[in-house]
Amino acid sequence: MFWGVDIGSTYTKIIGIGKEKEITHHAVIPTIFNQDVIVGEYLADKEVKMLVATGYGRHMLGDSHGAPVISEIKAHAKGAYFFHNEVKTVIDLGGQDSKVIKMGEDGGFTDFRMNDKCAAGTGKFLEIAANRLGLDMQTFANAGFDADKELTISSMCAVFAESEVISLIAKKESLANICWGVHESIASRLASMAKKFVVKENDCIVFTGGGALNPFLHHMLELKLERKILVPEHPQLIGAVGAALSGFEVVQ
Amino acid sequence: MGVELHKDLLESINVDVERHAKMMGMGLEGYKAQFMSQANRPKAMEYFNWFMSEIQGQRIAEINQLRAEKKPAVGAFCIFVPEEIVVGAGGVCYGLCGGSNATVSDAESELPRNICPLIKSAYGFKLQRTCAYTQSADFICGETTCEAKKKTWELLNKHHPVHVINVPHMKRERDLSMWQEEIKEFKERIESVTEKKLTLAEMLKGVEIINAKRSALLRLDALRSQNPDVMPISGKDALFILQMGSMDDVVRYTQNVNNVCDELEIRLQKGISVFPKNTPRLMVLGTPIAIPNWKLHTAIESSGGCVINEESCTGHRYYKDNVNVEGVTSKDELYHRLIERYAKIDCACFTPNTGRVEKIVQMYKDRKADGVIYYTLSFCHTYNVESHLVTEALAKESIPCLVIESDYSPEDAGQIKTRVEAFLESIAFKQKAQTFANK
Repeated sequence: MFWGVDIGSTYTKIIGIGKEKEITHHAVIPTIFNQDVIVGEYLADKEVKMLVATGYGRHMLGDSHGAPVISEIKAHAKGAYFFHNEVKTVIDLGGQDSKVIKMGEDGGFTDFRMNDKCAAGTGKFLEIAANRLGLDMQTFANAGFDADKELTISSMCAVFAESEVISLIAKKESLANICWGVHESIASRLASMAKKFVVKENDCIVFTGGGALNPFLHHMLELKLERKILVPEHPQLIGAVGAALSGFEVVQ
Repeated sequence: MGVELHKDLLESINVDVERHAKMMGMGLEGYKAQFMSQANRPKAMEYFNWFMSEIQGQRIAEINQLRAEKKPAVGAFCIFVPEEIVVGAGGVCYGLCGGSNATVSDAESELPRNICPLIKSAYGFKLQRTCAYTQSADFICGETTCEAKKKTWELLNKHHPVHVINVPHMKRERDLSMWQEEIKEFKERIESVTEKKLTLAEMLKGVEIINAKRSALLRLDALRSQNPDVMPISGKDALFILQMGSMDDVVRYTQNVNNVCDELEIRLQKGISVFPKNTPRLMVLGTPIAIPNWKLHTAIESSGGCVINEESCTGHRYYKDNVNVEGVTSKDELYHRLIERYAKIDCACFTPNTGRVEKIVQMYKDRKADGVIYYTLSFCHTYNVESHLVTEALAKESIPCLVIESDYSPEDAGQIKTRVEAFLESIAFKQKAQTFANK
C-alpha cells in the first residue's frame, strides 16, 4: 500500500493506493493537536510500503515518521493530473491559502502563485462569513444561487471584509445576496491569480481543495474565467492522492 | 559576553540596558541556531562569529572611543549616504538596527501600520533605546528614497538629530548637480562635528578605504558563483558578511573579507563545496536584508537550494561600482566623481530605473544561476511595483522567478518555506525534463 497524507490547516486527508494505483482507502480527519500521532494511529493496522507527506504540517510527519515530503504545489499538480491528464491549470482553495498552478507536461508544474499571508481569498474567509450569518457551509454555499442583487465586498482583508458583511446585515440585505457577494469576492481573487497562467481559450482548468466542494463558488469561478472548470470527485483529497502517487512512482 | 562588559558605557549613551541585553541574547541565540549549525563553514568565518558576539559590545566601545576624539559617528539606513566623507574625517558611518520584528509594535504607536517594516523597526529601536548604534550616533543621516522614510525623519528628529540628503528621483543633469550640492552640505555637517575643515587628501583617503571594501565584496561575489559545481560558502554566511559590512571598522572588515576570499579560492581549487552538486543556485533580488532578518536565506538553504548572490542594497547594488579618483585635483572634481558613482546605483526610487532589468538578466547568465527570487519588503512600493517589469523580462528569457513579499514577522515563515520548496521542485523538474529531452 502507498499512502499519501495531506496535513492541511483544517483537515488532514489520508489516501491509500494499491498496486494498480486504485484508491483503496480515504479518510478526512479534522486537524487538531499532535496530528502526526493521529495519523500514526490510523496507519497502525495498515500495510505501509510507502508514506509521503504534504500540506503545511508535512514536516511534522517527516520528523516523526521519517516520511519523505513534497510541497502542496507538487502534490496538487500530480493529483489533478492523475484524474484529468489534459489539465493546464490547477486552482486550489484550501483552509489557509489558495494557489494557482501552471502545469507542465507529464504532471509536473512549471509555475505557481499563492496568496500572501492573508485570509482573504482562502477557505477561512468563507468559514468566517458563514459563521457570521449563522449558516452551515452547505446552506451558505447554496444560498447564493437565489441572489437577485450583485453586492460587492471590496475589502482586501478578511477582518475588514467581515465588518463589511456585518454592515450589509445591518442594511437588511438578504442572506442570498450577501452570500453572493462573499463568493464573488473570493472568485474574483482566484480568477485574477489564474488569469496570469490561463493562456488559451480551451485550456483545461481543474479546481481542487475543500473550496471546490462549494458548488456556488465553482459556478462563480466559471463565470469569472468564462469557461467550464472541472472538479474531481473528491477535490479535497487531491493533495493526498498526489503525495501517494509520488511515493508510488519512486517505489515502482 | 561583550555586552555585559560594556554595561557602563551603554548606560552612559542612554541605552535601555536590560531590554537591550535581552534582545541581544535573542539575536545571538538566533545566530547560533541558524549559522553555527551549518556544516563545513570556512574557518575565516570565526572572525565574524566573534564580531557578532561583540556587535553591541566592543564595537560600540570602539565607536565611542572615536567620538571622544571628536571623530564623527553617523547612523544611516541607505547606501546613498556618502560614507567616504565620514571615513575620510576619521569617523564611522554605520547601518542602524532595523531588521527586527521586536520593535515594530512600539513604533506603531506613532507610525502607521502600513509602511515598510524597516522604517518601523528602526524607529522602534529609537523609541525603545535598544540599539547602541543609534544611541552612539552624532546624527542620523536620512535620505529621500521613499515617501515613508522622508516623512519619518520629521518624527525621528524629535528623538535624535537627523540630517536629510535630498536624493533626486531622476538622473538628469540638473538633478545630478543638485545632488552634488547635497554632498557638499553633508560634508559641512561632518565638519560641524569635527570642528575643522576636511581636506581633499583626507577625503581621497576615505574613498580609497571604501573602494577597497567594495572591491573585497566584489571578489567575494565572484568566488561564490564562479563554479556552478562548487559553492565554497553558504549564501547565509555570505549574507552575514555583507550585513556586517555596515557595522564593522572598514579596514579591519576589508582585511577579514579578503581572508575569507583567500580561503574560498583554495576551496575552489580543491573542489570543497558546502552544498552537493546540482543544488539549485538562486539569486535573490530586491530590497535590503537587515540583521537579524535571515528568513529568506534560511528558507532557501534548508529546502535544498542555495543563494549565490544578492542583487540588493545589502549586496551587489552596494559594491558593484567604485569611485574613480584618477586625476582628481580639487574638491569639486571629487564631488563630481562621487555623484558619478552614486548615480550608478540602480535603486527603484529612480524613474526610469534604466539598466536594472538588463543588468539582472546579464548577472543571471554570467553566474549560470538556476532561478531568482524577487524579495520585496511589504509596503516597499518602489521595488514592489518594479517587480512587474523585472518578472516580465525574466519570463521572456524563460528564467524561473518567484516573487516573495514579506515583513519581519515570523508568522509567514511556513508559507515562505512552502513556496520556496515548490519553486525548487519546479526547477529540479525542469532540469530533469531538460536532461531527458536532450537524450
